[in-house]
Amino acid sequence: MRVHKERFSAPEYLLFTAVTFGIFCFCVCTGSVSIPLKDTLSLIRDAVCGVIGSWIDHTESVLPEGTTASILLAVRLPRVLCTALTGAALSLAGAAMQGLLKNPLADGSTLGVSSGAALGAVCAIAFGITFPALPFAGTMVTAVLFAFLSLLLILGLAYRLDHSLSTDTIILIGVVFSMFVSSLMSIVITFAADRVQHITFWTMGSLQGKGYPDVLVLLGALVFFGGVIFLHSRELNAFAMGEENAGHIGVNVRRVRLVLLIAVSGLIGVCVSVGGTIGFVGLVTPHMLRMLTGPNHRRLLPASLFGGACFLMLADLAARTLLNPRELNVGIVTSLAGAVVFILIFYRARRRG
Amino acid sequence: MREMLEVKALSVRLGQKQILEDLSFSVGEGEWLMIAGPNGAGKSTAVRAMTRGVDYKGTVLFQGQDIRRKKSVELARCIGVLAQSNPVSYSFSVEEVVSLGRYSHAPGLFPFFRRGTAEQKPDAPEASQNSDRDMVEYALELTGMTRQRGQSVLTLSGGELQRTFLAQALAQDPRLLVLDEPTNHLDLLYQKQVFELIGEWLKTPGRAVISVTHDLSLAKAYGTGVLLLDHGRKAALGKAEEVLTPQVLERVYRMDVYGWMRKMLSQWAEET
Repeated sequence: MRVHKERFSAPEYLLFTAVTFGIFCFCVCTGSVSIPLKDTLSLIRDAVCGVIGSWIDHTESVLPEGTTASILLAVRLPRVLCTALTGAALSLAGAAMQGLLKNPLADGSTLGVSSGAALGAVCAIAFGITFPALPFAGTMVTAVLFAFLSLLLILGLAYRLDHSLSTDTIILIGVVFSMFVSSLMSIVITFAADRVQHITFWTMGSLQGKGYPDVLVLLGALVFFGGVIFLHSRELNAFAMGEENAGHIGVNVRRVRLVLLIAVSGLIGVCVSVGGTIGFVGLVTPHMLRMLTGPNHRRLLPASLFGGACFLMLADLAARTLLNPRELNVGIVTSLAGAVVFILIFYRARRRG
Repeated sequence: MREMLEVKALSVRLGQKQILEDLSFSVGEGEWLMIAGPNGAGKSTAVRAMTRGVDYKGTVLFQGQDIRRKKSVELARCIGVLAQSNPVSYSFSVEEVVSLGRYSHAPGLFPFFRRGTAEQKPDAPEASQNSDRDMVEYALELTGMTRQRGQSVLTLSGGELQRTFLAQALAQDPRLLVLDEPTNHLDLLYQKQVFELIGEWLKTPGRAVISVTHDLSLAKAYGTGVLLLDHGRKAALGKAEEVLTPQVLERVYRMDVYGWMRKMLSQWAEET
């Protein structure tokens, strides 16, 4: 029996960072046009120096020019950054939900929370919902709100039907809820087809054509909501051992659960409003990593952060290169992998009884 | 003798059903109260009310303070609970489960803000790493789980799992230990061991135990007091020899308990 330490050591973190950075560089270099690693790094360095220099001198920023530079800096770099951040955020949200509900199959996509968020985003675009204080954030706020309401609705129903929140109950409610919400979404899109992106964007997700503002938004959400989740790793351990037991050892069950549900909705809502619903990321990565790190969230959460980023970057690479020059939606790739892992987990859980 | 827990006019209603009605009792320092009664008498609900696991009417005082006024961590430092069953679904190690019993003694997210209140309370956490380690070791040893400390809880037997969570409750270092059928999954040897280790734990001053049990002979052997419940009401309360009389038991269990036990024992006697 392998005994895990309570936390990762510094060398282990270095290893994670190195692997993630390696995959990041690989994904930035590879595509319909291959760019050598040396050129990539020097272009990024020039761009970063240019931007920082212009901040210091208060002049117009001088960016590298040329086709390669524009492909890399304007298209590929922001896309890969978005992918990494989305993957990290979704995987963290999945790990948190699996701990909170003590169920390894809980995830934004299996519970239908992502679909709820997508419905929110679609409604905001179709009906032109904006918030006076946050003119650009209407879609995002609505998506987060809908994600939170979906979570409340699904868990409320699940608790009422079956207090122990068994896998079957959660999955059934999640599936039915997803289907219901997807039909609502189709109705809304039918009426506002001129404004809303094609339905496959919302159901299968895509990070095509994402820019630096999206990177900033994702980074902000990840730092804030992800930080909240990280601060609650002990409580997540307690929930993963059982909610009743968590109360007995002194966890303020109601408050912590509410805080974590808000954080999870925040992450999923922001990710969905940027890239549509990319399914199963939060299911696959924490599950794989739990086998390596054990279920202790002090190890699982950081591992999920890096693992999620790597997984989605590779999935997105596959989506944009496998059928070159055509491009797949990244959600198709993740769902292909996710469905297999889902069956594996379900099968194991069933055999254990 | 100091009162540890006082329950006054406790009533619990779940939906349409009145589970507990007007229940009052108290437990003093050094006492071990056994709660017994037929299935559905409200024993487990009474336990859950003592730890705020269920909404109730009436008052529950811990050392004179209303438990509703206490923060979750404060309450956990006073009362430790072993639930009837603890289904597990992730492969935490035994040691991880037991260590989490120290949750309420951890300095928390904002130790700076906590410090101010902690100094005023007599039950303040001595938040040092050493005492955490020592308590975990002590709890593992007392429950005989030291050897299995690295084992995954998914691979434990029912009895080992029960002892792991008992160790968690002991690591919590509570003043009052509340056990809901602690010997539920245990074979005879461990039943004896668990009751004896709890008796040992109780010898330190300032501690008390409440346990729910179906086993009347264990209740008589180890309990300093017995509370018999029937249909959510108090049927009898007092010293074991006063409560566990043939008349009272026949009234509560609607059968001749003494006669039945005697018959069971005589079968053993015949064989030896």
